[in-house]
Amino acid sequence: MEHIVIIGNGIAGITAARHIRKNSDKKITVVSAETDYFFSRTALMYVYMGHMKFEHTQPYENWFWKKNRIDLVKGYVNTVDHQNKKLILENGGDITYDKLIIATGSKPNKFGWPGQDLPGVQGLYSKQDLDELEANAPNKETCKRAVIVGGGLIGIEMAEMLRSRKIPVTFLVRETSFWNGVLPAGESAMINEHILEHHIDLRLGTNLVEILADENGRAKAVTTDKGDTIECSVVGLTAGVSPNIEFLKDSGIELGRGVKVNRHLETNIKDIYAIGDCAEQHEGIGQRRPIEAVWYTGRMMGETVAQTICENRTAYKPGHWFNSAKFLDLEYQTYGWVFSERGMQENEQHFHWRDAKEKICITIAFDKNDKQFLGINTFGIRMRHEIFDRWLTEKRDVNYVIEFLKDANFDPEFYAPYEAKIAAKFNSDFGTSISPKKKSWKRIFSTT
Amino acid sequence: MKTIKNIGLVIFLIGLAIFTALPLLGTYQINQAAFDELISEKRIKSELFIEDLQKNVVGQEFQGMQSLSPLVGNALDNANAAHVKNKEYKKKIYTSSSDMAAAIGKKSSSGFIAENKGLMWLLTFGLGIIGALLFIIPNVVLLGKKGIKNDGIYHESSTNQGWIAWLVFIFLVGFYLILYFKSEYAVNWTYLVDPISEGLSGNPAGHWFVYGFMYCVVMSVMAVRMYIKYRHNMYQMVRTTSVLFFQIVFAFLIPEIMVRLQMPYYDFKNAFPLDYDFFFQWNLKSLLNSGGIGLFILVWGVALTLIVVPVMVYFFGKRWYCSWVCGCGGLAETLGDPYRQHSSKSLFSWKVERWLIHGVLVFAVVMTGMTLYSFFAETGTVWGIKTQSIQNTYSLAIGSVFAGVIGTGFYPIFGNRVWCRFGCPLAAYLGFVQRFKSRFRITTNGGQCISCGNCSTYCEQGIDVRAYAQKGENIVRSSCVGCGVCSAVCPRGVLKLENGPEAGRINPTQVLLGNDVDLMELVNKK
Repeated sequence: MEHIVIIGNGIAGITAARHIRKNSDKKITVVSAETDYFFSRTALMYVYMGHMKFEHTQPYENWFWKKNRIDLVKGYVNTVDHQNKKLILENGGDITYDKLIIATGSKPNKFGWPGQDLPGVQGLYSKQDLDELEANAPNKETCKRAVIVGGGLIGIEMAEMLRSRKIPVTFLVRETSFWNGVLPAGESAMINEHILEHHIDLRLGTNLVEILADENGRAKAVTTDKGDTIECSVVGLTAGVSPNIEFLKDSGIELGRGVKVNRHLETNIKDIYAIGDCAEQHEGIGQRRPIEAVWYTGRMMGETVAQTICENRTAYKPGHWFNSAKFLDLEYQTYGWVFSERGMQENEQHFHWRDAKEKICITIAFDKNDKQFLGINTFGIRMRHEIFDRWLTEKRDVNYVIEFLKDANFDPEFYAPYEAKIAAKFNSDFGTSISPKKKSWKRIFSTT
Repeated sequence: MKTIKNIGLVIFLIGLAIFTALPLLGTYQINQAAFDELISEKRIKSELFIEDLQKNVVGQEFQGMQSLSPLVGNALDNANAAHVKNKEYKKKIYTSSSDMAAAIGKKSSSGFIAENKGLMWLLTFGLGIIGALLFIIPNVVLLGKKGIKNDGIYHESSTNQGWIAWLVFIFLVGFYLILYFKSEYAVNWTYLVDPISEGLSGNPAGHWFVYGFMYCVVMSVMAVRMYIKYRHNMYQMVRTTSVLFFQIVFAFLIPEIMVRLQMPYYDFKNAFPLDYDFFFQWNLKSLLNSGGIGLFILVWGVALTLIVVPVMVYFFGKRWYCSWVCGCGGLAETLGDPYRQHSSKSLFSWKVERWLIHGVLVFAVVMTGMTLYSFFAETGTVWGIKTQSIQNTYSLAIGSVFAGVIGTGFYPIFGNRVWCRFGCPLAAYLGFVQRFKSRFRITTNGGQCISCGNCSTYCEQGIDVRAYAQKGENIVRSSCVGCGVCSAVCPRGVLKLENGPEAGRINPTQVLLGNDVDLMELVNKK
């Protein structure tokens, strides 16, 4: 029986394991040094905040793995010996494989800041990081202040976590406005306001210079390029993540920033595949980046590689880009491509609407020449994925999107509708006279 | 703000402490006239019982029900034993000793509590309400910006099955045990609400009136908490208002006012088989003897179960009943909201759930079948089994212990929907309709799910919502009561409760978006 070994029990590795089991009778082994069982990394913040217990982050009950004959090995892989098709573990043991899937995910970035390895300085990625934060910042008495470095999604989550325990937070963001490398200016500005509403000391355009240690060698303060020294008990480093592939350095597997793979998620070595955060496409697919550290792409790569392993060689073809996040109380969804002013394409034009009272806004990107709808960002309004996916495939124009926006609304029942206001702003911006059509189940369920 | 909260907590606890102490306090002294009145009202023909009480109870002063109740119980047991032995069945007393002691207690109104009903109401209900509101309302400011407010739920003793939760558990179970099995100890509570009862129905309050009034008070206060906690979510605001309205108007006010108008006591929204004694002989007789309104109630009761309920479930799902109208659901969604995360999501629990709830439904249907057969055939037995004994078993095991003591008492430990999930026969019936013929579903939003598990954690019905959402499947489960909290707590906007065409409701396959179509076909192959 063919033995498939997967390194990493995150969403990518576990999805691969599940789908290989669905499609075959192969022997499956998952090796992880992080936890005994698969858990949802995205939910770690809710454990610290007391919304959930750690066990709630595990999507499958503990009996699931044995029942589905997925062997779980807790251990750290030191080396991959592809000539002998063998993994050497840190504890000296080894595992031989017929096919190997590398799904080791990411690790937090560190950019060589002085003091970055002091106790009290940490990222937020793994279960171990969560445990460390629980030790470093159990309450506002032990942790008098935390400084978070890096204005991305993990940074703002970490700020929210610490604020849930009333710990004062200073948030250093390199950009002049939060996440404005990704979001258009209006949206980024709205989040700035929201961060301040949550009593987070947001410092825009500010870089970390050095982390200072106290007499015990623990972090006690940071200095910034604005000349400030900020006393703190914890420093959160959240300046992005990069593939966790150090153990492969001398393995002969081709590496860039991540493990280089082709469209079939195959590495340069036969029978070795890489998926999820640690995989790097030779060239980005469409406008996607070569490394996509996103939950659902990990899942999709797992589904894809499982097909290939089960004798049905399949290329990884992600569809239209989408994503979502939550910034404190603000829900964000995106479908298609809306670039920030910095990354804006030449033909791209934006329509922006923001509610006068609530923290709700949308930005629609479209082609300035033929009006083709390119993408939408929404804050505080939920939208239907299937509808936007279809509109993108059908290459609808922006007027159509405004007209049928009610079909796409996914807010809970009784929520205030915003389509009329959005259409009014659009009409006044572009001199059109679109009136939004009533929601139609028939259109929602019709398939192209 | 924190100070106001703490003051509120202290005031609430004082009110609660007085309320809790009441069953054991007070003086009881029944005089001859009141005793004679009782004998004639209860149509007591047992001279043994009368003599016994004349000698040991009448005219004497008792401190606390605990000194009076055993005397009544003994007198009753001794008298009945003697009558049975002598085959004097006509003299046997069928009133339970608890009811008898309660009736005597109520008639021996003397002492501070009975003479200061208004003041005592203020010291119990009044302090409780004021204290609770002072505790709750500062949250408008303390909770900060509107949004999901679940911070610290698993750090607090009260909401994480800690010692406070166990104290609440003991209190609730004790309260229900008194209510169902030791009602004589509720006599002092009835004094508190006598003026209200007299104002509504014209009669002094019994212990069930205390319960009904308290139910409304608790729901109203906890609804304020809901309004504050979920103020960003219109679905929760509207739904909370709806359950509150149906409890206060339909379950509490209308039945009391009907009694004043010489009509039968009836809760128009309480559908059979939740209303399990609707077809019991005494009820049918009472309805048939009540003229037009009785007949109307009879027809309405049957139509409610056979037509209104399933038709509404077809259009809106069982939520229209379970989390918008029902009294049990109403308490669960207000008082029980802080405990919703305790429902077990394991596969094992789901198995237990299906056996239990459908078992209760079968029990209810069989019992009602026997009841109706007995009624029309004018016989007390079916296949040699006494209908009465089956009814008594159901009333005790399901009506009192399961629905009351376990259903509500276990809130802090097993979550707020224990009865609705494992026991309610109406929910089982509605569940069939919802699962097989309904427009309701919880739609999963394509591929946006990140498997975080908030939805599953906060599902009060123990549905592993995430298991569906992460596969892109809609959630169509018979047990879903449509409370809408999974949708509320989802950080990525993945879930939406909606009523739509039946076609496409149960998406037959996984529809995760993002992957190209060819792969989805392969993934969906079983």
